[in-house]
This record gives sequence, C-alpha cells and structure tokens, in this order.
Amino acid sequence: MKTVIRVGMSTCGLAAGAQATYRALAAAIHSRGLPVTLQATGCVGACHREPLVEVAQNGASILYGPVTPAEVNALLDLHFGAATPSPASDWLVSRHADRRDYPFLGKQVKVTTQLCGVIDPHSLDDYLAHDGYQALRQALTMTPGQVIQAVKDARLRGRGGAGFPTGVKWEIGHRQPGARKFLICNADEGDPGAFMDRTMIEGDPHRLLEGMLIAAHAIGASRGYIYIRAEYPLAVKALHEAIDQGRRYGVIGQNILGSGLDFDFVIKEGAGAFVCGEETALMRSIEGFRGMPTMRPPYPSEHGLWGAPTNINNVETYASVPSILLNGPGWYSGMGTARSGGTKAFALAGAIQNSGLVEIPIGLTLREMIYDIGGGCRDGKAFKAVQLGGPSGGCIPAELLDTRIDYEDLRATGAIMGSGGMIVADETTCMVDIARYFLTFTQDESCGKCIPCRVGTRKLLNTLTAITQGRATQADVDKLAGLCNTIHKASLCGLGQTAPNPVLTTMRYFGHEYRAHVEEHVCPAGSCTFNGNTIDRG
Amino acid sequence: MLERIFVLPSQQRNVTMASKNGTLPPKHVYRGDPLAEPPPPELAAILAPHRGEPDALITALEEIQRHYGYLGKNHLQYVARELGFPLARVFGVATFYNLFRFAPPGKYQVRVCRGTACHVNHSDEILHALSDHLGVGVDETTPDNRFTLQVVACMGACSLAPVVVVNEETLGRMTADKAWAALEHLGEEGEDA
Ligand SMILES: Cc1cc2nc3c(=O)[nH]c(=O)nc-3n(C[C@H](O)[C@H](O)[C@H](O)COP(=O)(O)O)c2cc1C
Ligand code: FES
Repeated sequence: MKTVIRVGMSTCGLAAGAQATYRALAAAIHSRGLPVTLQATGCVGACHREPLVEVAQNGASILYGPVTPAEVNALLDLHFGAATPSPASDWLVSRHADRRDYPFLGKQVKVTTQLCGVIDPHSLDDYLAHDGYQALRQALTMTPGQVIQAVKDARLRGRGGAGFPTGVKWEIGHRQPGARKFLICNADEGDPGAFMDRTMIEGDPHRLLEGMLIAAHAIGASRGYIYIRAEYPLAVKALHEAIDQGRRYGVIGQNILGSGLDFDFVIKEGAGAFVCGEETALMRSIEGFRGMPTMRPPYPSEHGLWGAPTNINNVETYASVPSILLNGPGWYSGMGTARSGGTKAFALAGAIQNSGLVEIPIGLTLREMIYDIGGGCRDGKAFKAVQLGGPSGGCIPAELLDTRIDYEDLRATGAIMGSGGMIVADETTCMVDIARYFLTFTQDESCGKCIPCRVGTRKLLNTLTAITQGRATQADVDKLAGLCNTIHKASLCGLGQTAPNPVLTTMRYFGHEYRAHVEEHVCPAGSCTFNGNTIDRG
Repeated sequence: MLERIFVLPSQQRNVTMASKNGTLPPKHVYRGDPLAEPPPPELAAILAPHRGEPDALITALEEIQRHYGYLGKNHLQYVARELGFPLARVFGVATFYNLFRFAPPGKYQVRVCRGTACHVNHSDEILHALSDHLGVGVDETTPDNRFTLQVVACMGACSLAPVVVVNEETLGRMTADKAWAALEHLGEEGEDA
C-alpha cells in the first residue's frame, strides 16, 4: 500500500514554516523515488507543534512535529531507511492513530473538526470518501419538520456566542411565509484571539456548505450568504473552490440531487469591523452599507436581509448538523449537558503550553481543558486567569477552574461561553491592563450610533488607562461599576451591552490588583509603568 | 485630502437621482472635472460586473483596493458615478471599515497583530521596536516607500502568537529581534520582491 504523508498547511502551519517543510519533503521524495503520496491538509489543531507531518503507512499513523526542512531526511530515513522506525526524537507527537498517547489530541472529541488535518481540503473526493454529502442526501428524504425536530432533539445551540437553540430558530424561519428567504453564515470571527471558524473552513469547507444546504431544505431558503473576514484569505479561497466543486457535483444550484431544492451561495468578505459580527450590523454590511446595528425585534428570522426572513448562524453551528443527522440526535445530545448537547470548539491560546484548536464535549471543566489538554502555562509560570468570549466575555480566576464549560455555568461566573476564544493569562499579565486592552478594542470598534456605548466605553477606557498609569484614585475605581451598569443597560446592541464584562469580571476576581495600582502605585504583575509616559499601545 | 471630494455638487445630485430611480446614471460630461474622462480601463473592468447590483459597494471597494493598494479620491468618485451610489454613501462606507486606506502603501505592508493572544504574548514590544527601527508610527509609510507599519486585530494564527504579517506572509512566534531581522534587508538593492 502506498504511504501517505500529510503536511498541515493552514494559516497557522504556514506561519510556522510548513511551506518550506512541504517543499523539502516533495524534493526528497522525488529524488529518492519513494512510493509516497504527499498531501497538503488543514490543521489537526496541535498548532503548538507545527509544522506537523503525519506519516500513514501500513495501517499505522505517526504524527511528527515540529518538522523543519532540515529534519525531513531523518524523518524519511525512519520510514524508508534500512533501520526499523524508532523515532525517539523530541519531534514525535503521537504514534497511535487515535492519538491516545498525546493527551492534547487524545482527550478531544472531534465532530465539526473531525476531518481537519485528515483530508485534503481542496479535494471533494476526499470529503465524499468520508461520508461527505451523505447527511444532505438523508435530509432530502426527510420533511423539513423532521430535520428541525432532529436538530431540536440534539439540543444544538448557537455556537456564535449567545447559545440560542438552533432548532427553534430554524422552526421560526420555516414558519415564515413567502418564498424569498435567506441564510447567512456568520464567519466574521471578530473576537481577536479566536480561530475556530478559520480552521474549520480552511480544513474542511464542504462540511459548512453541507450544513447550510440542510438548513436551506429545513427553512425553505434559496440563497446563502457567507460573511467572512477579509483577514482570512486562505479560507476565502477554500470556500470559493468548494462552492465551484459543489456546483459541478450537483449539490449546489438548481434541483439539487434531483430533489427540487434550489440553492446557491454568495461569499461576502468583511472589511474589518468587529461590530459586523453582530447580526443586524452584519446584514447592513451585506447590503452594502456601514455596519450599524439596529434594534431587535424585529429579529432577522422574521425581517432580515432586504426585509426578507433570514436565518443567521455561526460556522460551527451549521457544521455540526451533518454529523447530527448521520449519527442521530441522541448520539449528539448524549455528549453534552442537560441543557446543551454536543461538542464545542475552542481556540486555546495565550500563555498556554499546548495552544491550538480544541474540540470537547460540553460540560468538561476548565481545569481539564487547561491542564489535561492545554498542559498548563508555558515556561513553568503560574496560571492567573482564563479569558473567554473576547471583548464581550470575562476573566475566570484559578479558584473557579472547576466550573463546567457550559453556557449557564460560565455565565454564572460573569464570563460567557462566547464563540470559542480561550486565552490563558499567566502571572506576568496585569488584569487591569487586560481590561484596558479590551476597552481599547471595544472603544475603537464602537460604531458610534448610540451614546452609552460611544461615550461610555471611552470613559471606561480613560479611567482604566489612568489606573494603569498610577493617576487614579480609589474613588475613580468605585465609579467604574456604575458606569458599567449604565453601558450594559442602555446600549443598543450586544457590543455595548457586553463591553463592561472584562472590567466587571476583573474587578470582581482581581480587585486587589486594582487596589494595588491606585493605593500603592505598584502593578503586581510588573507590567504597568508608572512614570507617567506609558506608551499608547494602539 | 478626502474632504475635497465633496466639492462636486452637480455630480452628486445627478447620481442620487439616478440611483433613486433604480436605473443606471446617465452619462454626464462634467466640464473641467477629472471625471469627464471615462474610468481607466482597469478600473472600468473592476466596476463593470457590479453595475446594477445594489449590494456591490463594499465588494467593489475591496477589489479596487486589492488592485491599486489603496482607494484614491478618483476611485471613490468613479465608483459613485459608475455604480450609481451617492458619493456621500461611498465615502461613508469607505471610512467606516478598517480595511480601507486612502494613501498608497509602501512596498511592504508590515502588520503587527494586536489581538488578545498576541497581546498577552507581548506583541506591543514588537510594535514599538519596529516603530523605532523604521522611524514611523502606525499607519505611516517610511520616506523611501519601502514599509508601511500597521496593526491588525487578529490574523487567526493566535496559536503562534505573537504574529507579524509582511504583505501576504504570516510570521509566527515572533520576537522584536526576529521581526526586525525578517524586515531589515527587504527591498534593498539586489533583493527581489
Ligand atoms: C459585537 C458582537 C460581535 C459578534 N461577533 C460574532 C462573530 O464574530 N461570529 C458569530 O458567529 N457571531 C457573532 N456574534 C453573534 C451574532 O450576533 C449572532 O448571534 C450569531 O451569529 C447567531 O448564530 P448562532 O445562533 O449560530 O450562534 C456577535 C455579536 C455581537 C453583539
Ligand atoms: S491574536 Fe494575534 S493572530 Fe490572533
């Protein structure tokens, strides 16, 4: 049997130098005349060991990383040299196909990311060989009501942050009168520090398309917009390619698979505005206007793009659906908690040993995530906090690491599940500075339409900056809570309503750091400088 | 520079009326204004497929910027006239989104990531070091037009933080020294872009 060698070539792989490794492998395989198929795949998620190379030979699969171009020959010697393979070197990641010997991968349960790093994302045949478009075929034999019931039974909830039950949303969409309905996939991934959607689209673009096609059948929509950030050129390219392939294969376009369903896709590239991740702003942006949010209700399901009923879901939400239909809602809901079924992908990054893309059953604890999978903090530093949900989320301290990763449990801590960004901060990170960092971001990204958000975030930022520069008093800190409350209650959209979360959670769990800044003019983490001319970090 | 765009009342009125009627704008000849000329062929080719599309504005601006590297005053005027949008709307949209820039960038666009993962991995130190080395601030271009320094909210390569992107190439696990070493000799004599 031919040996297959796979190189992870997603954005993260390329940033780690995978292109050079791939070229070196190709050259070495050619010059040695080896019977090897070399494949470029997406990312298996173990980004901290990139560039990753998998050698699949005689039914075994061994994963190596990081593999630099200089190590390519040694790697090929292991498999094709005279000696028996004994890769004792520190670049062996895992020698078992199920990766049980590498906890970072072995402890995960992959559903939406199951083919990332496994198949060639540019090959429709690869996807088809792994049950690709089987779920769509099955859905087309079901009534829309049956599909919606399956999604409800699976207890799938929106993965874009708010966690609204997806089956319920689809049912509302299905009930809307009229033939002109739209789907939107929210691939804006605005949380700075998150890359779940990018990894999924780069590694397995057809899964998203299949999920949207199933939704189109359930809701009765005729066109789907994928709103994706322009910062993800590889993902945009992968989608264009996959849509072309799908058209030729007959799952996109007129009379799909002979079922009478007509559906086509339009890709819209975002232009760098965080607020456009918010659904009403996103729709304005697709229509070609400034991305300004509007009041809800009316909700997009009833009154969306150009006034037509529009179902909007996150990438991961749609991508979960094919597996739900193939394996049954019971299988999916069995993996989660009582209120939320299934798995959730997280982008684990920051000061963590094993950073990368992690997919876990909902209900695992943060401790399992950070220590068993993530391997704890880097360089032996002490863990301080984990930040979930980006600028809308909060920081959770070490005492609360036994919290389960679940929409309600996380909300009780003041943080949110969010879309999956999970940034670990160690003892060198100042928590006041983290709050200031997020406010710099939200203040900059506030669209300016409503005053509580536009002026309030600026005031918050000014106070936080003053604290980190040693210019503030305890009275200033005391005023923060009231200001947060006003912004939360009075802002028009989710951006403003959630902007105080990073401030509120850091004040709640790291109040002593605020006090140290204003009372003693010291930064416990040693990161703020108090000489009055700290630099504006844009 | 861009305020001067608004000194085109006659054109703006015509364009607005045309778009309200939902028809393409009539071909006006503006005596003495640069738009008396038809758009240059390259720009015309970018705009042609978008005629009559109500949602094409952002896509068209993105394509123009991809081609020219920035949005010039003329580009915005042509977009308004050729696609039938009020100039005020074209200007409003272009200035709303972070992606768009209104001055030609240097040969190398250096983007330092300021996302959360990069922030906790001290990407601010890289930004300051590069700013010092290049002698320019954020969104500025070096006098020799080699480098434009920019910040970006996140490139989605957070697991390799801190990240610096030079044109299309993403460099992971950067330090201030490694980043400067990668840039220092770019575009010097004998170097090929
Ligand atoms: C400021 C702001 C930014 C958001 N950014 C995103 C985003 O990047 N991706 C996303 O899927 N949802 C984002 N959302 C949530 C969307 O508004 C919407 O709830 C979601 O796309 C619905 O899909 P779901 O039900 O599948 O989660 C954002 C919301 C707000 C208020
Ligand atoms: S935070 Fe820098 S790449 Fe995501």
